[in-house]
Amino acid sequence: MSLFARATLVLALAFLYAPILVLVAYSFNASKLVTVWGGVSTRWYGVLFADGPLIAAALVSLKVALLSAAIASVLGTLAALALDRHGRFVGRGAYTGLLYAPMVMPEVITGLSLLLLFVGIGLERGVATLVIAHATFATGFVAVVVGARLKGFDRTLEEAAADLGATPARVFTGITLPLIAPSVAAGFLLAFTLSLDDLVIASFVSGPGATTLPMRLYSQVRLGVSPEINAASTLMIATVGLVVLAASWLTARRGRGA
Amino acid sequence: MRPTVARTLGRGLVRGLPLLWLALFFLVPFAVTLKISFSSPATAQPPYLPVLDWQGGLEGWREFLEALDFQNYQMIASDALYRDAALSSLAYAGLATAILVLLGTPTAYAMARAPARLQPTLVALVIVPFWTSFLIRVYAWIAILKPEGLLNAALLKLGLVSAPLAILDTPYGVLIGLAYAYLPFMVLPLYAVMSRLDPALREAAADLGAGRARVFLTVTLPLALPGLAAGALLCFIPMVGEFIIPDLLGGPDTLMLGRVLWSEFFSNRDWPLASAVAVLLLVLVVGPVVLFREAELRREEAAEGMGKGATGKGVGTGGGR
Repeated sequence: MSLFARATLVLALAFLYAPILVLVAYSFNASKLVTVWGGVSTRWYGVLFADGPLIAAALVSLKVALLSAAIASVLGTLAALALDRHGRFVGRGAYTGLLYAPMVMPEVITGLSLLLLFVGIGLERGVATLVIAHATFATGFVAVVVGARLKGFDRTLEEAAADLGATPARVFTGITLPLIAPSVAAGFLLAFTLSLDDLVIASFVSGPGATTLPMRLYSQVRLGVSPEINAASTLMIATVGLVVLAASWLTARRGRGA
Repeated sequence: MRPTVARTLGRGLVRGLPLLWLALFFLVPFAVTLKISFSSPATAQPPYLPVLDWQGGLEGWREFLEALDFQNYQMIASDALYRDAALSSLAYAGLATAILVLLGTPTAYAMARAPARLQPTLVALVIVPFWTSFLIRVYAWIAILKPEGLLNAALLKLGLVSAPLAILDTPYGVLIGLAYAYLPFMVLPLYAVMSRLDPALREAAADLGAGRARVFLTVTLPLALPGLAAGALLCFIPMVGEFIIPDLLGGPDTLMLGRVLWSEFFSNRDWPLASAVAVLLLVLVVGPVVLFREAELRREEAAEGMGKGATGKGVGTGGGR
């Protein structure tokens, strides 16, 4: 590797990680001021765990993330199967467009238009509307992850099972699903973190009783930098770190299994 | 296999369920938004007029349609605020995309040229930050960029500046935030294409006497264009409607459509005007969205052409986020 390539990588990774490291470091800062280092302390974590509304918001977020990721996993896997197995069906172009568009659509548009739909049909805003909204924009991401796995898929296994007399449903549950399961799980985790992360769409479609963690954090962030938010952020980063480790473990297993 | 009734039904379900969901919760909402953008604000629940009376029959429909008008669009066309917000959204997104191309291309290239055993780790390192909360990563920059923040403290200590630089609450803060938050979206699709390029092509060019820079510009870069296009659009489209970055890192005068829409909706509670701003934003991004789908399909075809082994890496354009 050339010196230039090395330097580029070091700088790019420093750029990506510096803000995160600053945040983690200052969550252990005893001083309340961001530029003053007052020694190592875990007092902000104590403050955090005593913050009832914040914990309630975290629980709402977890519930929404679990439910929406489950729905997105089912829909995304079905869509990936349709694109991989159904050949060049009529409307395929529009189908992929519909699948990809929610991934790039500015969140303010998705959020506002979903809210207007919910109000229009008289659906009460709360956990249910949050789940629907998050499942909608995460489906495409699951489809991309599962689709990548289906492309490297050995179809002869399915054909062998069918030749031996298995019905299509049996082939799917006995062969296809176990083989793509790791990628479905990876898609689930992706949908889960996307849901946990979302502020903009949630702000539009949520109701008074259902404040998510990002919504709660945002209302505090607007008041300025606070060590308590640094502590909350560090915990979230640690959680996501564990999720990513789990995902890469699943990917590694997938590599060996296939 | 013989198409049986059960099989046709199964295929219909597989394809139809996601289609039904996305049509209901992605397409229909746009139609509703379009309708409300022609309505007027009202102090009622819901806060707009007219509301269609389903029991009213044909007469109800006629009254409903007559009450719709273009006043929100006239407002958007006549008030310079909206035109300026649209233009500056495009300018911010365009400028940030250019910065991302300049930052992302060397990064992706260096990743693709790194030793093969290091590459999965490098990909993971680029993906991890954008699995962590977007809001928190943008918030982290406040502590770095503010006048008494870490960057200014470092610059002052090094004697590079004599007074703290104003970066937070300025356009520079917004551009730094955009470049930071969207860098992985640029790097990953570019890397996915660059890592699959046949090294023999580079070697052939080098053997024929081309220098490193020339090999990169005449061989690597043209072949990586599908990845570059996908990455640029993947960044540009959401950036046009970005809300969190201009809100936290920009000043009160940082105009972007996402922010205008947000304040029309949450502060002014003018749902019809917010809907009209959403339609304007949609008009701005619909072209790039269509281009993005085209670029994605072409990138996939290119990837399939380059051999099946490479796709197993699972570094799709959207695969990371």
